[in-house]
Amino acid sequence: MSEPGQPTAPEDAAEGEEFSYRDGMRGALPFLLPVVAVAVSFGVLAEPVIGGAASVVMSVILNAGSAQFAAVTVLAGGGGAGAAIAAGLLMNTRFLPMGLSLGPSLPGRAPLRAVQGQAVVDPTWAMANRGGGKFDRRLLIGAFLCLYSGWVTGTVIGVLAGDVIGDPATLGLDALFPAFYLMLLFAEVDAPRSAVAAVMGAAIALALLPFAPPGVPVIAATSAALIALWRR
Amino acid sequence: MSVTWITIAGLTAGTVAIKAFGPVTAGGRDLPPRALAVIALVAPALLAALVVVLTLGADRSGVTVDARGVGLLAAAACLTARLPLLVVMGAAAVATAVARALL
Repeated sequence: MSEPGQPTAPEDAAEGEEFSYRDGMRGALPFLLPVVAVAVSFGVLAEPVIGGAASVVMSVILNAGSAQFAAVTVLAGGGGAGAAIAAGLLMNTRFLPMGLSLGPSLPGRAPLRAVQGQAVVDPTWAMANRGGGKFDRRLLIGAFLCLYSGWVTGTVIGVLAGDVIGDPATLGLDALFPAFYLMLLFAEVDAPRSAVAAVMGAAIALALLPFAPPGVPVIAATSAALIALWRR
Repeated sequence: MSVTWITIAGLTAGTVAIKAFGPVTAGGRDLPPRALAVIALVAPALLAALVVVLTLGADRSGVTVDARGVGLLAAAACLTARLPLLVVMGAAAVATAVARALL
């Protein structure tokens, strides 16, 4: 259970570990409920600001939770499109290092890899990570299909029923995301170097969190990976 | 187009480009060992940062210690005790909800 997407279809196993799209969907199931809950939160929050249709369209074509919250927060405060786009994109800059780490594991030509890269959000990238810089694209895409459907469904529920159900954050489901990443971190830290990178990443994020714009602490923390260059 | 739709269009175009950049530039060829060594450390650094930001980050910017911290401590205790994933997640959610109701 600690490995999201254990191999369950032996006929798929070519050499070493090989996963199916279904493994990816199954691995993402524990996150379906929290993703739906966060999406309901988004629908509840965004509907009065940008309208129901725009809220749903945003979830359908953007599918990036923290960026959507950031952009809507700016618009709600009376900010313009430029400021809202900047706030959202700053949140999404963390998909740059995620995409760079994923790139070597993706097959096919550049356009196909670019399409597959669209499946990256925090939990799908984290679930596809097999350690040592390797990623499984079927786990990535399977998890994406599962969580994307939950994200869109939850947004629709929040837009339509926001007045009735209130904010699901009170259920504590939002705490599942950091708990899950902590669990993956426990599995990922297998050598002194990865432990140093994790501690440095956490320290950089914590140091920047009080004053840096949202999104900056996480992207800056990625620079901790550069310790690989001088410590062998 | 209204401000809302311009925002959605701009945000979507930028996000698609950001997500495509890594797979296009770092894929389809063998990377030098030093680059692979850096890539292998991106995950622990990024995961640790996500834990910090999602637990302590405030709505816009700043640091808040609230019920999420209690949930994370519960998760960390379960992970140290090597309990299964569902127990870890359940403990995190329940601890957060209880703390949120009490605080």
